[in-house]
Amino acid sequence: MKIKKMLGDKIFDICNVLFFIAFAAVTFYPFLHQLSISLSEKSRAMSGGFFFYPRGFTIAAYRFVLQSNYIFLAFKNSIIITVGGVLLCLVVCSSYAYIMSKRDLPGYKFWNFIVIFSILFSGGLIPEYLVVRSLGLTDNLLALILLGAITPFNIVIIKNFFQNLPKSLEESAIIDGARPLKIFTNIVLPLSKPVLATISIWVAVSQWNNFMRGLMYLPSRHNYILPVLIRDIVIGQSDLAVMEVQSETTGETVTAATIIVALVPILMVYPFLQKHFTKGIMLGAVKG
Amino acid sequence: MQKAKGITNKFIHKWRKYGDYILLGLPGFIMLFIFRYLPMGGLIVAFKDYNVRRGFFDSPWVGAKWYNMLFMSDDFSIAFMNTLIISLLKLVCYFPVPIILAILLNELNKRYFARTIQAVIYLPHFISWAILSGILFSLFSPQLGILKVLGIEKSPLLMPGTFRWLLVLTEIWKASGWGTIIYLAAISGIDPNLYEAAIIDGANRFKRIWYITLPSISGTIVVLLILRLGNILDAGFGQVYMLYNASVYDVADIIDTYIFRVGLSTGRFSLATAAGLFKSVIGLILVLVSNRLAKIFNPDAGIM
Repeated sequence: MKIKKMLGDKIFDICNVLFFIAFAAVTFYPFLHQLSISLSEKSRAMSGGFFFYPRGFTIAAYRFVLQSNYIFLAFKNSIIITVGGVLLCLVVCSSYAYIMSKRDLPGYKFWNFIVIFSILFSGGLIPEYLVVRSLGLTDNLLALILLGAITPFNIVIIKNFFQNLPKSLEESAIIDGARPLKIFTNIVLPLSKPVLATISIWVAVSQWNNFMRGLMYLPSRHNYILPVLIRDIVIGQSDLAVMEVQSETTGETVTAATIIVALVPILMVYPFLQKHFTKGIMLGAVKG
Repeated sequence: MQKAKGITNKFIHKWRKYGDYILLGLPGFIMLFIFRYLPMGGLIVAFKDYNVRRGFFDSPWVGAKWYNMLFMSDDFSIAFMNTLIISLLKLVCYFPVPIILAILLNELNKRYFARTIQAVIYLPHFISWAILSGILFSLFSPQLGILKVLGIEKSPLLMPGTFRWLLVLTEIWKASGWGTIIYLAAISGIDPNLYEAAIIDGANRFKRIWYITLPSISGTIVVLLILRLGNILDAGFGQVYMLYNASVYDVADIIDTYIFRVGLSTGRFSLATAAGLFKSVIGLILVLVSNRLAKIFNPDAGIM
């Protein structure tokens, strides 16, 4: 009886481990496929099938990609909208969240309502585009920074965190005669590092991956952000593929190399991302 | 005179009391107003014949013209049906996957092994569809792709028969690993004494999963299911936009891609806004109803 049970458990464990190895392998394979193609020789890459390693190792495709100015320009633009969006969000969202968290402030319900309502309902793609255009912000990186910085959902998360902070510290500061601005910058913000770190990463990831707004608001080549440039190369509209004259590369290997180059920064910060994203889910679960 | 002084004093007093809060709240208020509420006002374009030169205010009113056009057009009804079909397909085929994965992850005994698996299966979540679509195009390409071993000469991404299934599969690829997190959080809240008691009573793995783990996370499952139903009109804009092409429009065009194409590619802003307003209003109703429902199952759930 006891032996049978243990045997059943063992079989279950083995199957479970095998299942996850298979699942992870299938998840990872497309990346390996891409990496192998990017390092393969033109003619041998085109034979297709499963790739587990490069066929005829060459870095010609990478040399080609890194010669192009556009990829550096796109990297630069992506970094600008990411860093700009995160910094602006930290300032604007946290300070707004602070007034939202004060129940005794006049208009408490109103300040909260306008944020919650804008989570539930939005003007949508086209009216947003028309507003941004009439502000003269099209083809300006500022448009993506401003749009990315103001995210109502993040404001609510920060507000919930503020409301869960111990009241005593603030109260004693008020008795000492500190002004609200000072309490906010010197007491509340330093205590809120965890939520601010999580929000920064959420905003950073969504800005880095923000394809749609990049496509809508930054149509000029010199303003391309990384996902838009990648899209252009993948569907073969970009010079990178068109100008392709060197014999050791093909459009496909160059495309693959570009994708790998674009993945590198994400992989570099990935362990950090994973940790703080997980924390954020827990923060989101805290209801206020 | 005395009175005026009183008012000034009162003002100074109020400013001392609230001035800092105004300074703190103003930037956020202005940005919310410009980037969230002005576009809502811009929805009037749905009832006007919007013209770029005449702007929001001077463009003539046309009543329900665009709605008549929308509901008469085949393109929009196809997009609407596709949205529902793709959403439901994902609901049926995708929704259970993170639940199953989370339960099985929880059954892994070796912590470092589980961590490694998690690191791998979370990865696609952090990568834009722009990049993932590039990877998928070459994965399924007739020249470079893996399907060459099966002798398939056309990419399944170009075939109407397989396209929607690929949407489901690639959604599982990108999102199911990450989707486990919320269930893992729920599972970690289960009292370990329950399992110990069950082991003493001789319950095997399946019984423990069936009678302890599943009932303990059923509240979370129901809430997430209801919230998902509230967003049924979001079939995955970025994903569809990146993966679709003219040869699969009939099965792949969803409301969001329809709005994007009509509005930004052909410049018919009013028609696209009308479609957007239609979607936003239905979405709002669905979200409110599903929130209320979610609250019935779990008073702490929902966004309000």
